[in-house]
Formats: sequence, C-alpha cells, structure tokens
Amino acid sequence: MDVHEYQAKEILASHGVEVPPGTVAFSPDQAVYAATELGGSHWVVKAQIHAGARGKAGGVKLCRTYHEVQQAARDLLGKRLVTSQTGPEGKPVQRVYVEVADPFEREIYLGYVLDRKLERVRVIASKHGGMDIEEIAKNTPDELLQVIVEPAVGLQQFQARELAFQLGLNIKQVSRAVKTIMGAYRAFRDNDATMLEINPLVVTKDDKVLALDAKMSFDDNALFRRHNIVDMNDPSQSDPREAQASEHSLNYIGLDGEIGCIVNGAGLAMATMDMIKHAGGNPANFLDVGGGASPERVATAFRLVLSDRRVKVVLVNIFAGINRCDWVAQGVVDAVRAEKIEGVPLVVRLAGTNVEAGKKIIAESGIPIIQADTLAEAAEKAVAAYQGAK
Amino acid sequence: MSILIDEKTPILVQGITGDKGSFHTKEMIDYGSNVVAGVTPGKGGKTHHGVPVFNTVRDAVRETGAQASITFVAPAFCADAIMEAADAGVRLICSITDGIPAQDMMRVKRYFLRFPKDRRPMLVGPNCAGIISPGKAMLGIMPGHIYKQGPVGLISRSGTLGYEAASQLKALGLGISTSVGIGGDPINGSSFLDHLVLFDKDPETQAVLIIGEIGGPQEAEASAWIKENFSKPVIGFVAGLTAPKGRRMGHAGAIISATGDSAAEKTEIMKSYGLTVAPSPAEFGTTVAKVLQSA
Repeated sequence: MDVHEYQAKEILASHGVEVPPGTVAFSPDQAVYAATELGGSHWVVKAQIHAGARGKAGGVKLCRTYHEVQQAARDLLGKRLVTSQTGPEGKPVQRVYVEVADPFEREIYLGYVLDRKLERVRVIASKHGGMDIEEIAKNTPDELLQVIVEPAVGLQQFQARELAFQLGLNIKQVSRAVKTIMGAYRAFRDNDATMLEINPLVVTKDDKVLALDAKMSFDDNALFRRHNIVDMNDPSQSDPREAQASEHSLNYIGLDGEIGCIVNGAGLAMATMDMIKHAGGNPANFLDVGGGASPERVATAFRLVLSDRRVKVVLVNIFAGINRCDWVAQGVVDAVRAEKIEGVPLVVRLAGTNVEAGKKIIAESGIPIIQADTLAEAAEKAVAAYQGAK
Repeated sequence: MSILIDEKTPILVQGITGDKGSFHTKEMIDYGSNVVAGVTPGKGGKTHHGVPVFNTVRDAVRETGAQASITFVAPAFCADAIMEAADAGVRLICSITDGIPAQDMMRVKRYFLRFPKDRRPMLVGPNCAGIISPGKAMLGIMPGHIYKQGPVGLISRSGTLGYEAASQLKALGLGISTSVGIGGDPINGSSFLDHLVLFDKDPETQAVLIIGEIGGPQEAEASAWIKENFSKPVIGFVAGLTAPKGRRMGHAGAIISATGDSAAEKTEIMKSYGLTVAPSPAEFGTTVAKVLQSA
C-alpha cells in the first residue's frame, strides 16, 4: 500500500525526522488558510498523488503570495496529473500539500528498501539528491553509500554516523542527520514499510536537516497490525477496477488488451497471459481468483472483467486441485446466466479433479461456451474468437 | 529415491484442528503420508483423524519422533510457528500459509542462522503448495492424482503452474521424482538452488524442470550454479512475460522492481547458462520429453 507525501511526513515526524511545516488542503480556500497559518513568505503547493516525478509534470508550484497559493491550488485540484510514473491516464489530484519553502544549501538522497537477496533492510544514501535513484546509480555509482541492517539488532548509531560523515556533513549537521537516519529507520521498521525514500533530504544554511519530499510503501501482508496505515488509504489513487477487486479479495491488475482472463493461482494467471500473447493476442488483465475458485468468486470475477469495455473475449482457465471441476463449472454456468453475458465469446478450459464431469455440465448447459482441453488450445481459441468478433 | 520426503518420513501438522489443517491432513494420510502428530495449543491429548494432538511442537517431536512439519497457521502467527518447529529440532518445515509479513520472514531467516549449517532446518515456502514425492508421500495441498512417479524433478514458485507442468508431463507418460513448491513471497525459505543440490544427488532424478516467475534474484542465481555444478539437464521457464513493471502480480514476490527481474531478462540469463527454456507454458511436457530423449 502507498500513502501520500504528507502522510509519509506525518509518520516520519512522529519518529523524530524534521520536516518543513506544512498542511494538507482539499480546496483553494483551505490552501490559502493553510499558508496564512503556516506563516513565512514563500510556499510550495504540491499535488498529492501516489506517484513521483511530480515536479517535472507541473505538480509542484512555488508561490510568493496568498493569491499565487490560491491559483496554484485551483490549477491542481480536480485535475488528473500525468507524470512519467503514472501512465498516460494520470492520477486524480484531490488534495494539495502547502508547505513553507525555505532556501536550502544541499540536497541529499536517503532511501530504505527491503533487499530480497540479502533478506535485510538496506539503507542507501547519496550526496546527489533531488534526482531519481536510478539516475544517481547511473551517473555517480561510486558515490552511492550503502548500509545493511542486521535484523537481530537493527540499525546502529555508528552506522548512521558513518553515513553522515561520508555524506560530507559538518559535525553539527551530522548529529541532526544521525537523528534523521535513525528516526526514518524506526518509521520503516515499526510500520512494516517495504520502501521509504526521502529525496531530497536538504541541509539548510543554519545546519538543519529536513525531509523535503518523502515516499513510503507498506507491506500489504502486515496491514492487519498497522491500523494507522490502513486509515491512510486513498482509494481514489488506484484503478477503480483494482479497488473493486481488492474489496472482494481478488487479485486484479488492469492491462490494455482485449482478452479478459479469469484464472486460479498467480503463476498460472501469468502463464495464461503469456500464452495469449504467444498465440497472437493481448490480455486485458491479470486476475487470480485464488485456489478455491468458489462460484461466488467466479461470478464476481466475471462482473469485474466485463466492466472493462475493451474486453471482447473472456478466457477462463481453472486448474482444479482441492476444488473440483464440476463445482467450478457450475459456478461458471451460474455466473454466465446471472450476468447475462451476451456478445462476448467465452472460452473455458478446465483441468484437474473431476474434469469430465465439469466439461459435461458446460456442454449440457445450452450456453455457447467454447471448451478447450489444454492451455495452448484455450489461448488459440480465445485469440481466434477475438479475431472472429472483430 | 526422491528428495526431502518419502513414505517413511514422520510428519507433524501444525494447526491440525483448523479447517484447512484438518482437511489437508486427511488428504495427506489418504495419499500415504506418514502423519504421526498434530499440534494445536490447547488441544493437547486429543486425537484428530486418528493422529495424536500435542500442545507444543517440542512435545510432539519428543513423543513421536516427527522430522518434518507442515504449517496451517494464520499469517499473523506463522513466523512464530516456523521458529517453534525449528527450535524443537524439526529438520524440514513446509509452510503453506499465504500472507506472512516480510519483516516476520526476515526474522525467521535470521533465527535460522543460529543453527550451524549442517543442522539448519530446510524451510519450504511460505505461500507454497508444498512437496510431493509421487507414489510415496505428500507434504502439501496439491491434488495427488495429477502426479505420476518418474524421473523428473520439479521446482516451481507457483502452485497451480506446477500442477499444469505435472499434468502435461503425465499426459506424455512422464513422471516426477519429487515436486517442490518454493512459494511466491519476496523473502522465502529454500530457493531453487537448495533443491537442485538435492536433485543432483538423487539417482531417480534424470532431469529437472524449474519454473520461475518475475521478481527476485533466485532464477539467475540457480542458473549460474547449474552451469558450474549441475550434472543433469535442466529445463527452465519464467512466467510473466506480459507483466508490467512495478505491478505486483498476485504473489507478493512477483513484481518487476530491479534490473534482471523481468521474465525476458531471466529467460535470457537461463539460456546463457545453458538451460533449455520451454518456449511457452504449454510446452513444459514436450520440452522435457525432448531433453530426456536426447540425454
């Protein structure tokens, strides 16, 4: 799960990381009020979306007057912001963050990730903040600083201090940077984060160390014990179909092809998509209905897939293990009847336990379902049906 | 022969009285697995499917000599259950549970380091379908009847894609020595490599099929090792050619976030280390058959 910048900063601030004073606003008037409350003479108004690269896309505006703050908020709110990370449809801007903009001397990069290979938290820092970590890694790989955290004891002060000195900070700045590095680590650990990026972390003329931008992602598997994070969820930032799917605990990812897929198991779902591509078609989605594939879940899956207007053919591929094909087949037949699926060819491939009984139910249902025995046949028939329907 | 388990391996089930634990215990017993004990805190002294139930893994191991365990424990408590089994001396722990927090798994893996290498337990999973040595024993949740006994070792991150492969092999009359599901989580127990080492020494296994997916370094690591060390032919496949970058494809671990994570890159890596790559997921069976014939 992702959160907005202002929410990440709230979390960081509660762990002792210094951030510039700021307030979230949902309307231009609120933005102006926020600026007056915050004081100062310069503010940035930042679009709050779950994606980076906002600056280059015009989502961050520097303002010198209240009028400019109002105008900036008006320009951003209610729009969809397209950045290099959002995809062409962009993300809706429903809130802006108004923050005091004070000058700073230096920009640093500070990031925390769960390293899969080492199975430990890796802290990454660079003297060159303000650009993507990919750019930093490409342009100045030798200056990338890294610390691996031993999980039994956690990040230690000396590690943070070493990092701070390597970043070329003076002693006053070092003690503040250590507090920041340690605090951000605790924010990461105590909230089950999978990624935390402070970019840039800035150093001001009076030796303050401030998190100017912050991005955090959290482990979905740990949300059961992180109610504070769950409360920060903003469904407007996800694809509406994906939001609907997650309500029914289905795994759905929208793509841009024409063949809708309903499959049990994540690996088989990916393989089915690959097979469609192999046969010359394009999958419209990834959808894993889970090992169980109960009739209710299959019905919900149909609704979800058919709500995508691009879908011209639906391919169901179920490998029944502990569930049985006859049960799944009945679910498919019931769902097709209930959802009144017309004009969209349906290809069904069943395999595994009780496959013959399942096929019989489908054949005798009177519904024009195209049956397939193998994965290859299913993909080929789905692509052929799409070409026929075109 | 087979790897990890056979019909004699004494098995204990953690969470034996829960819905899933109970159902799959029966399936495992019916398949021929030697289930000797169950553990559910508070239910010690009872029996379930004719199997004695204990309060702790330590009690179960002491009383029955169980050597392998399978966990049907809710995600919030599963890391604890795995560590309990490890501490009680269980040498093979298979975790079916889907949804364990990554930081919990980090702790589990760190905990395992307290055992010297030669006594460190093997963890299979979590979020996997388990292990089956066809015709002998099943320590998992797979449909046993789709597996035929034979010369192919199978290692798969995905459960149902492993089923697909097993049934394609069976349709061609080819069988499996042991099939291991290593699971779809970003931080998991054993890797492709751990099981390849075992398959290398297993005389029944003549070739190995490894089925990976997007995300993580495991497939590349295994491929490099195979070129240097493995004596038998290996057939590989990586699912997720059509997966977009940065989107999690169902499994917590199936996400393209770094260089080398995509299916196309991993496929190239496999080829460069001399693996035979199945051209599509519909050709697991035929590719393995070809390799076996030419071997």
